[in-house]
Amino acid sequence: MIVLEKRQHPSLWMGYLSPLLSIALTFVVAAMVVSAMGKDPLRVLSLFTLEPLNGKRAIGEVMLKATPLILCSLGLAFCFRSNVWNIGAEGQFLLGAIGAGGMAMWLTETGLTEPGWLWVTQALLLGALAGAAWAAITAWLRDRAHANEILVSLMLVYVANLLLSYLVFGPWKDPKGWNFPQTLRFADSLSIGRLGAGMRVHWGFVVALISAGAMVWLMYFTALGARLRVGGLAPGAARFAGFSSRESLWTVLLCSGAFAGLAGAMEVLGPMGQLTPHVSTGYGFTAIIVAFVARLHPLACVLASFLLSIMMIGGELAQSRVGLPASVSSMFQGVLLMMLLTFDSLIQYRIKWRGRPSKELAKHA
Amino acid sequence: MHELALLIAAGIASGTPLLLAGLGLLLNERAGVVNLGAEGLMLIAAVTGFGLAFYTGQTWLALLGGATAAALFSALLGWMVVYLNTNQYASGLALSLFGAGISAFVGAALVGKKLEINQTEGLSFLADLPFVGPALFQQHPMVYLAVALCLGMVLFLYHSKSGRLLRGIGESPASAHALGFPVRRIRWISVVVGGFFCGLAGAYLSVVYAPLWVEGMVAGRGWIALALTVFATWRPWRVLVGAYLFGSVTMLQLHLQAIGIEIPTQFMSMLPYLATILVLAMISRNPSWIRANMPASLGKPFHPG
Amino acid sequence: MTNALRLSLKAISKSYGNLRANDKIDLDIKPGSIHAVLGENGAGKSTLMKLIFGLLQPDEGRIFLDGTEVRWQSPEHARAAGIAMVFQHFALFESLSVAENVWLGMDKSWSLAAVAEALKELTQHYGLSVDPNAFVHRLSVGERQRVEIARGLLARPRVMILDEPTSVLSPQAAQALFAMIRTLAKEGCSVIYISHKLHEIRELCDDCTVLRHGKVTGQVDPRQCNDEQLSALMIGSAPAPLLRAPRALSSPIVRLDAVSVPALDEAGERLNTVSLDLAPGEVLGIAGVSGNGQGLLLDLLSGELTSDAALMRRMKGHIFFENRAIESLGVRMRRRLGIMAVPAERLGRATVPELSLADNMFLAESKHAWRLDHQSLYRSAHDVVDAFAVKASSPKALASDLSGGNLQKFIMGRALALRPKVLLVSQPTWGVDVGASAQIRQQLLALRDSGAAILVISEELDELFQIADRIHVMYAGYLSAPVKRADATVELIGQWMGGSWLSHEHAAQAESATLQYEG
Repeated sequence: MIVLEKRQHPSLWMGYLSPLLSIALTFVVAAMVVSAMGKDPLRVLSLFTLEPLNGKRAIGEVMLKATPLILCSLGLAFCFRSNVWNIGAEGQFLLGAIGAGGMAMWLTETGLTEPGWLWVTQALLLGALAGAAWAAITAWLRDRAHANEILVSLMLVYVANLLLSYLVFGPWKDPKGWNFPQTLRFADSLSIGRLGAGMRVHWGFVVALISAGAMVWLMYFTALGARLRVGGLAPGAARFAGFSSRESLWTVLLCSGAFAGLAGAMEVLGPMGQLTPHVSTGYGFTAIIVAFVARLHPLACVLASFLLSIMMIGGELAQSRVGLPASVSSMFQGVLLMMLLTFDSLIQYRIKWRGRPSKELAKHA
Repeated sequence: MHELALLIAAGIASGTPLLLAGLGLLLNERAGVVNLGAEGLMLIAAVTGFGLAFYTGQTWLALLGGATAAALFSALLGWMVVYLNTNQYASGLALSLFGAGISAFVGAALVGKKLEINQTEGLSFLADLPFVGPALFQQHPMVYLAVALCLGMVLFLYHSKSGRLLRGIGESPASAHALGFPVRRIRWISVVVGGFFCGLAGAYLSVVYAPLWVEGMVAGRGWIALALTVFATWRPWRVLVGAYLFGSVTMLQLHLQAIGIEIPTQFMSMLPYLATILVLAMISRNPSWIRANMPASLGKPFHPG
Repeated sequence: MTNALRLSLKAISKSYGNLRANDKIDLDIKPGSIHAVLGENGAGKSTLMKLIFGLLQPDEGRIFLDGTEVRWQSPEHARAAGIAMVFQHFALFESLSVAENVWLGMDKSWSLAAVAEALKELTQHYGLSVDPNAFVHRLSVGERQRVEIARGLLARPRVMILDEPTSVLSPQAAQALFAMIRTLAKEGCSVIYISHKLHEIRELCDDCTVLRHGKVTGQVDPRQCNDEQLSALMIGSAPAPLLRAPRALSSPIVRLDAVSVPALDEAGERLNTVSLDLAPGEVLGIAGVSGNGQGLLLDLLSGELTSDAALMRRMKGHIFFENRAIESLGVRMRRRLGIMAVPAERLGRATVPELSLADNMFLAESKHAWRLDHQSLYRSAHDVVDAFAVKASSPKALASDLSGGNLQKFIMGRALALRPKVLLVSQPTWGVDVGASAQIRQQLLALRDSGAAILVISEELDELFQIADRIHVMYAGYLSAPVKRADATVELIGQWMGGSWLSHEHAAQAESATLQYEG
């Protein structure tokens, strides 16, 4: 029978192989599911891999979708490394959108739209602040009341969604918007500059890349980063060294909330130009998968964000061109994560064949 | 008065999926495994159940079919966390994300469809009693089944040998292992059965309670059920009380509107989630109390030898 | 001859890699005998018992039970053959009752009621006083042990093995245990009694095998021996103290004043009005079996418990450093004062296994820059590796790659490089080879000679006799009075480790003292 045996040293090979294997197998599963639905698997696979990279504009779209993923996953990787399970990035994203969108709305209504770049920067900062504040609720409840951050941050996602819904269906609804749940369109000057003509990707992408570099610097070149890494690897050692778990809790949550809020603000001031209930297509949750595929490393988060951005666009293409349901990409994201976790276990354990189940409970002193 | 009775009835019906899921989660948490995939399992069961009900018209087939689908995925999760020792939190989360995706995917064709099943049944002679009748006895049989399962859980955990063993495993898998019990197998089984209960909850939602299918219709009840087990300090009767309380909170919106209080619907809809946060904060404040009640090995991987 | 023996081990050997835990051991147990197995920690007692109990297989040698050769593949086998073992760490479920616990371990033919009945009879017969319906979480450690014994007795064993049973008992409870053992032996069951407490063995046992470094050093009738003879077999003679500078008397730099920390539950560590003085230029040793409060004492002194608000509320008494109360100061503040700790857990506490030696230097940094200076860490690690002869490929080697001894040398070196005024060490040479142990002890003495105050908690009497100036003994949260090295003998300390110095009322408290559950 097959038995798992703990390895002496974690396998370096499997560390690299695991994400690759997971991705490959996810494609295999995808192909199987798709052909079971009567569609051509190769066509669908090309929609998920080649089509999204077909041409300058297409690549721009990949970069556009990668931007919020990079930002959110950087913050989440930061949290997960410290064993703080912030599942509520989606909610923090929405609060960022609400914050920046609200400010942009007010600016547009009162005509304070020049200079655009100054106002945009302030709105983005407000969005980051709003996201951080939303995350602070989770941090405070865990710090003071030992409440489980997974459940609290998740509940706050539902609350954030409802809050957004209230605002765009109610007080912030555009009176000239034919009763659609949306705010007015923000002034043209209040949008983030594009990176190229005819493309929707904007300077936020550059900010995201810089953020990745900043996270690398923070985690590996500052004392704070070292304290956080120790806390995540061995809480007993962190206590021994006198590192404050409270400090790490607040730092990672505020940081993560700010990043997610910034991403939400960028989405609203970038491609969307207004607030609607569909500000997020699940970026906060997809970012969790990105963080895991990236094995919580900031630079790998960038790569993994591209990968999942391509998957998301592939899903949209599959919907419009082949008629697959829109949720196909979120389904495969889930498959990817489950495969990754399964293969990751092989980093710590090795598969062995044992003839007959041995009754020997050999414990070494 | 009649309105109060109807409110109670609505609260019970609304709380039943929480009760079912809460009982299932209580079972595997008592064995030491936390299942964050509850939301995903409920969604999988909901879409499966609705599909079966739509195509066959059989309520009970739909309910059991949905629950079985959830149990199958639960078995997969159980294999991952018990035998491969993957991180319980991450794995459960992955299952929830996957469940959300696959249920939306499979259910795309079912959106907007109507079921043709007679819903309210109820206990005939008791249903006509004044006040108590409408309040308690005009429910779908699933509601009464849920209460029966609660009772069964109590009998199992506190009055049977295997139930005591399960509690022991949740407290100290190492001791159980030293005594020669197959700890991992028992944990895996608890995850599968727990998943089945979550499935019943999800299928009940789509086949009986709503009844309809819409993407994401479980709306966080799986997560609330997880909070419920903490709130109930892992005791079945408390899960029941908590479930009905939470169910009633959801119903409060209609009641307040009925007596003329105008609050935007979104804020009313926030109530269950805010209540969950509040309850979690209150319960968790005393860490030694939690430690005294929580299964000591909850969330921790176990590797024999 | 073999026919007259209940259990006989012939030339049993077992090795773990290079370590020869049992080396051609002969053990002869007569029927109805109370046979002591005496030896220090690391002498090979627990390995030997695991072999008898079926948890391990011997590399060489044979085992005979009542004349028939046996080879058990598992504890279930051994149990079925009539071997019962009562471990130091109990396999009990706190949320269940005594009867439920025992019932779980029995086969289908037993009902809960039958188990409860049988337990009642047993406990009456052997004087065990255990209520079958009591919940285990309410029982004291001594009572839990009785449950484990009762469980073993239900199977009517032919050999019962008790592993350090009185380490958790007061003298009175120990007497009750002895009465039970004598009854058992009279009925024909052989009892193997593992211990390092000389007075107990002489009081209770009629036969004794002494182990040292994996070999049998003697088989004697303890009733005919005195403590010195037994000690000599067990640890040889007390090692001479290592050379050191004469001790200059000065006022204490660290003082504990009636520090008490009640435990939260029955099995937790606690401190009961502990007072001690630690002066510069001395090594103060704390002897005692682990689990009697030493871990708690170290954590309290190092500052790691300051962030545990509930515990600090429960704490009574004061900790003084240079006449200033410091109990509310955390780890980093205490390090700035010059207090440094070296805990017993090397991987996961003193070091992070997945990080390099250079990165692990960060855990003991006293500088407070915001920038992480990799070069500086690398240099410091390099210096430590050089100065303390740590066998590591480079400062970039991971902590988990180092052998136990080398890692401990690194950890000690890292602490010593900070030139602390007060060094708190727990188990400095546990699991470390002879050469490295000698080096570490020399380093501690060098630090002492330079004027630092050192507190050493150790289970190894050898070590304390070599390096300590004064020795305390810790038992059940109580700290004995200190005794100067010159006045200390192996038998005195050995007796004290069994709590013989406690007054009667303290002993009774030790047996049952706990705090009610909070909340």
